[in-house]
Amino acid sequence: MAKAGSNLNLDGQGNPVWLLLELTYKCPLKCAFCSNPTDLDAHDDELTTAEWKTVIHDARKMGAMQIGFSGGEPTLRKDLEELVAEANNLGYYTNLITSGIGLTRKRLENLKKAGLRHIQLGFQSSDPQTAHWLAGVDCYEKKISMAREIKALEFPMVLNVPISSLNIHQVADVIDLAADIGVEYLELANVQYYNWALVNRDQLMPTREALETAEAQVAEARSKLGDRMTIFFVIPDYYEGRPKACMNGWGSIHVTIAPDGMVLPCSQARSLPGLHFPSVRDHDLGWIWHESESFNLYRGDSWMKEPCRSCSEKEQDFGGCRCQAMLLTGDAANADPACSKSPHHHIVQDAVARVLTTKQDHKKLIARDVGWVPTEV
Amino acid sequence: MADPNNHNSLSRFGIAPVFMFRWEESQQAHVLMYPEGIVKLNATAGEILARCNGQNTINDIVLQLSELFCEQPEFIEPRVHHFLELCHGKGWIQPQS
Repeated sequence: MAKAGSNLNLDGQGNPVWLLLELTYKCPLKCAFCSNPTDLDAHDDELTTAEWKTVIHDARKMGAMQIGFSGGEPTLRKDLEELVAEANNLGYYTNLITSGIGLTRKRLENLKKAGLRHIQLGFQSSDPQTAHWLAGVDCYEKKISMAREIKALEFPMVLNVPISSLNIHQVADVIDLAADIGVEYLELANVQYYNWALVNRDQLMPTREALETAEAQVAEARSKLGDRMTIFFVIPDYYEGRPKACMNGWGSIHVTIAPDGMVLPCSQARSLPGLHFPSVRDHDLGWIWHESESFNLYRGDSWMKEPCRSCSEKEQDFGGCRCQAMLLTGDAANADPACSKSPHHHIVQDAVARVLTTKQDHKKLIARDVGWVPTEV
Repeated sequence: MADPNNHNSLSRFGIAPVFMFRWEESQQAHVLMYPEGIVKLNATAGEILARCNGQNTINDIVLQLSELFCEQPEFIEPRVHHFLELCHGKGWIQPQS
């Protein structure tokens, strides 16, 4: 999912540092906040093992150091271990971003042998019923048992919990559970409103009051737990007044490869209308990154309009998120409307105000009902 | 967790298992990588961490660096101690028994 910018102390000197592979859009869950495209069935022609290996090699040659295996659910790919081993041999720091469904003790052991460094486990709730509402299937027990297996094999682990109106009141319980499992990092990531999450925005967005309560609980837990566990609390940009420094800027350090080989500045960019993103099936990754029109379109700041163009903060937030600007204002070159300086900021304020008058009910959530794989592997 | 200041010249440190430390050709620098993060180290920091292999004592590291940078051990020693305390505080290294 789009992040407020990864924790990074260097730039790529014009080259990608982060490579995110979305190995498949298929998934055994149906999360109502999924960041995959809403028309994902149209893109199911997945790259082959050999094609993925070429991508992994090419990006490493360009200077990429961190690699994420994501999806959909990446463990649905039988060649995951082989791709992890390839990446590890080339010197990447390997990250698996998984729902835990599809993992087994045996696969975890094989991933360890392949050189996997870190696992980020997506987690919905400390309450099995809420987890079911959010994920669309029963998955709580399986996730807890996989979390414990991951720790038993001594993988560093990030527990990633997308936060919405349905689970924000459970933050204290989630923290206790994460501490009990022994994770190193807990990421309480307020849901960002793209794709499926945007479809469900009125139902998912928490109130400001609920956010402030959760923030206070996080602060209390941090002082109690000390350095046993690092808790990230990613504030929703709708409430911030300032946009996130999305991807550290367009085509700056991040590159995402979609299941069908389409090369994207971030996972969400595919939803931008009118843009053509090249595929690794047709072009060399280096050419796509450096030369293609789509990667240069919003690179740097020459594309900016006012108020971004003359803004003193444009070096910090790069005008926010192009996809959010497009989705909410109809023009990706506008300032991200999450910014209070944006002339379109009222759109975000209206959405925030609507939460107070919306009767939020889990039965109204629209589940991600495409690309679903019904059985465990 | 051990007191980060409670080490002496015979202590040994290793890179903590969460972290991956290596030379990165494209950056011409040592880097330290961890879940969702990368730290690029300056030359001195890289040389010190490269010697935190669980074998070298702090004293070994001081002597090797004083040779490498043509400085007196008395000049190097407090700087190495200070940097290792910082690294330990950040969880990058851990004491080896």
